[in-house]
Amino acid sequence: MKNEECKMKKTEINLPLAVDVAKALRIGDEVELNGYVYTGRDQACARMFEMLQGGEKLPIELEGQLIYFVGPSPAKPGEVVGSAGPTTSGRMNPFLPKFLGLGLRGFIGKGYLSQEVKDALVKHGGVYFGAIGGTGALLSECIESVEVIAFPELLSEAIHRMKFKRFPAVVLNDASGGDLYAQAMKSEQTTENP
Amino acid sequence: MKTIRFDQIRDAIAGLCQRANFELTADMRAALQAGVERETSPLAQNTLKRILQNADIAKERSLPMCQDTGLVIVFVDVGQDVHIEGGTLRDAINEGVRHGYKEGFLRASVTGDPIQRKNTGDNTPAVLHTEIVPGDALRLQLLAKGGGCENMSRFKMLTPADGRDGIVNFVVETAKLAGPNACPPIVVGVGIGGSFEYSAVLAKKSLLRKIGERSALQHVAELEADILKKVNESGIGPQGYGGKTTSLAVQIEVAACHVASLPVSVNIECHAHRHQEVTL
Repeated sequence: MKNEECKMKKTEINLPLAVDVAKALRIGDEVELNGYVYTGRDQACARMFEMLQGGEKLPIELEGQLIYFVGPSPAKPGEVVGSAGPTTSGRMNPFLPKFLGLGLRGFIGKGYLSQEVKDALVKHGGVYFGAIGGTGALLSECIESVEVIAFPELLSEAIHRMKFKRFPAVVLNDASGGDLYAQAMKSEQTTENP
Repeated sequence: MKTIRFDQIRDAIAGLCQRANFELTADMRAALQAGVERETSPLAQNTLKRILQNADIAKERSLPMCQDTGLVIVFVDVGQDVHIEGGTLRDAINEGVRHGYKEGFLRASVTGDPIQRKNTGDNTPAVLHTEIVPGDALRLQLLAKGGGCENMSRFKMLTPADGRDGIVNFVVETAKLAGPNACPPIVVGVGIGGSFEYSAVLAKKSLLRKIGERSALQHVAELEADILKKVNESGIGPQGYGGKTTSLAVQIEVAACHVASLPVSVNIECHAHRHQEVTL
């Protein structure tokens, strides 16, 4: 790892995320994720949702897994991945309760979720991790490998399997109903202008 | 009369696309660093530090700071004594975007038709705003604008009776609605007056200003400061994780408008504020 930040001491979590580890996480926890996740965003999630509606078998097993909402920039020759930060999770709202119902343990993204998705996280013991939007260069250094798993025609939006090494994330919604964004909005600040 | 060649414009734009995506400007870095010092919670501080670290890595490795490498918007001041040779200004700019994005390994994020939604594959076309100005220079100011924050932008036709308070409320409300989706700390670009469409152009144009540079008009500078204070009291903080640094700057441009109107546009920009300029 070239990136010093990846070496900073945080709670390290090995994936797949065990049920008891997921349940113990609380909003605001800074963690580092090790192991495999699947990527998917607008088109891949929509396709999987349609497959489920049609009774088809998914190209990946959701049980116990995390999905990272990302569409990386192109990798330079010889590099694993380009810039690879999170995209806005809310666009995936319509699909997530269904995925969580099938055992998806959570996802990594940024931005607001709908109430339905937050309720589904609590119901199924899922976790919403935030990665810092707009830090795709830094996050790319915490990705050790990338391989296409399904829908290759979707290019950067295809489902990939990524291997994380100390990938920094923050718990935004926990399995007991905690909501970091809501908590932040309630904590009005007194500030002096810069 | 000065002649500027098609390929000069093309190459300048290609360079700006890459520099904008790889190098966070010094004013943004300073504003983020000030945020690190202002924040008291470790999470807010760490978040801002990571954003600064990301900028270092992006520059060092010529990697885009964000994978959403943006829609290219170019403000062109065309000196009226400039003659462009070898093709049109629009083609030169789009050719520059095509080269800059392909050679810089920047993501193609443009759909050719907004309804059919097929990616054009090379991040063209760019959005162009041209203005004819005195002189024989061609000034190109380029923004690579991310989709996440652009999506949180809003317009409202206020009434003159809504006045200053109405403006403050609308802009603050917009920043709060944007929340974590816009990747705070944000820059809030505001266009007040003009007309329906011109207020939006002004809001975008205000983003080209240096962070920390207030409006030259005293009453507008005061409005900027008041809105910034209110946005930063929201508690949203870096990335919406909580804190004092929700916005780095509120930048307002104003223009004359109809006696019956008070158009206000708010263009939200993320912390990966990518803009560069060159004069030929």
